[in-house]
Amino acid sequence: MRSRTPLLFTLLSLLLVALFVVDLAVGSVRIPLSEVWAALTGGETAATTVKIVRSIRLMKALVAIMAGAALAVSGLQMQTLFRNPLAGPFVLGISSGASFGVALLLLGAPLLGWSGSALFSTLGVAGAAWIGAAAILTLIAVVSRRIKDIMVILILGMMCSSGVDAVVQILQYLSHEGALKSFVIWTMGSLGDVTELQLWLLSAAVVVGLATAVAVIKPLNLLLLGENYARTMGLSIRRARRMIFLSTTLLAGTVTAFCGPVGFIGLAVPHLARMLFRSADHRTLMPASALTGSCVLLLCDILSKGLTLPINTLTALMGIPIVVWVVFRYKQLA
Amino acid sequence: MIQLDKLTLGYEDRTLIEGATTTFSSGSLTALIGRNGTGKSTLLRALAGLGEVRRGTIRLCGDPLEEIRPEELARRIAFVATERIRIANLRCRDVVALGRAPYTNWIGRMQEQDREAVEQALVQVGMADYADRTLDRMSDGECQRILIARALAQATPIILLDEPTSFLDLPNRYELVRLLRRLAHEEKKCILFSTHELEIATALCDTIALVDTPHLHHLPTEEMQQSGLIERLFRI
Repeated sequence: MRSRTPLLFTLLSLLLVALFVVDLAVGSVRIPLSEVWAALTGGETAATTVKIVRSIRLMKALVAIMAGAALAVSGLQMQTLFRNPLAGPFVLGISSGASFGVALLLLGAPLLGWSGSALFSTLGVAGAAWIGAAAILTLIAVVSRRIKDIMVILILGMMCSSGVDAVVQILQYLSHEGALKSFVIWTMGSLGDVTELQLWLLSAAVVVGLATAVAVIKPLNLLLLGENYARTMGLSIRRARRMIFLSTTLLAGTVTAFCGPVGFIGLAVPHLARMLFRSADHRTLMPASALTGSCVLLLCDILSKGLTLPINTLTALMGIPIVVWVVFRYKQLA
Repeated sequence: MIQLDKLTLGYEDRTLIEGATTTFSSGSLTALIGRNGTGKSTLLRALAGLGEVRRGTIRLCGDPLEEIRPEELARRIAFVATERIRIANLRCRDVVALGRAPYTNWIGRMQEQDREAVEQALVQVGMADYADRTLDRMSDGECQRILIARALAQATPIILLDEPTSFLDLPNRYELVRLLRRLAHEEKKCILFSTHELEIATALCDTIALVDTPHLHHLPTEEMQQSGLIERLFRI
């Protein structure tokens, strides 16, 4: 049993490298592998090829690796914190908050006649989404300080996101076609709209978010048995919750800001990792989820390029079978 | 050792236990009995630092509960709750190892002495052969034993259990309480558990604490049997 884990980590790492290479090689323009290599290493090749490989494909592949790991790790934390297999990074309303921010920018601003205002154009879609997501999570975090029962927080988060979604729908209903279309396209997710500066911001947020997640590995293991057991084993629940919320905001919030609400990765990948590694220990599950998340999102990106479909449709089609499997499995346990 | 001094517990406008003063000593097994909803769980939760104390003090090994930091409290009291725990992929050994949390570093790395404590706890509850099984493939009695092993691995002088026998059949109930009795006597632990099993309590426990709202009567088992308190409360 134990010898399985190192082998799986090695295999997954090799798979990650392979998928990364394939992701760089595949795209709407055919570029031979040798030229991709030349473009990356600064060898002799056409300037357009260098541009395509470096600023489009490489960026997208790096975003896929980071976003996949970030969403999977935040989903894992939510599932353990809420002791609910169907929890994901968005249960607390991160994606609703982000859509609200974007809807205000893309739909609300034109309605109010502010579309040309300097404030909104510098803020951009990513900024609006991030502020929306952080605002919702801050609200939940402040309210949850007074709440002991974690289920109440879960319900609160879900109700809060439903409420925000309703407001977003009102904005959609009132909006004109052009604005509506750009909003709908944002909700489909995209790994390719990230600028170089944003890539740095994304990396910084993901690194800090993952470091925070690593710091809560022991609390998460204690929370497996529930909050009462965790407290009697010396865990400060408030501190643990705070750290987990912070990590989730940084990871899922930032990814959603730059890539849109990418669904199902955060929900399905932790289960995939549990299934592969047959473990409940977060010391194994956290790196396993990160690695699996990166692989799955790279695969989705490769497929989305091949089929020219938005990324969210593919994450959903790949994630749904896993979620259905989980539901059947947990039904047997209940 | 647990000392209660004029302890009053309750929630909202309901007082469950008022002015309880008694001592639960090391090396003795105590059954906590009483009708449903009279405050057995509330008392256990308060002792474990999970609930609120309205008035009075609880002293654990001499120190007032509210002055003990969480990490230190985890080295004095281990708690076994009523709820059933069924987690896929969680091996028994890993559950017991969680009990070492108060002694391990930030990421929970196990040292040699931690591993020994885990194996010893598994042997004590007679579950050494089940160490590599996962929790979702075990019976209620086996799970309960694993959770008790987790409490033992925590190496605390006090263990509290909230209705540990409730999901078990009759032979398993006796078996479990005999195990608790052995642990209390051999390891000199102070063990307190709530139960509805009057026969088991009178047959195997050293003392009995009876909640007769709002009083808490705590007597050696024989005295409790002769006092007539049990008959009065349960109208047997």
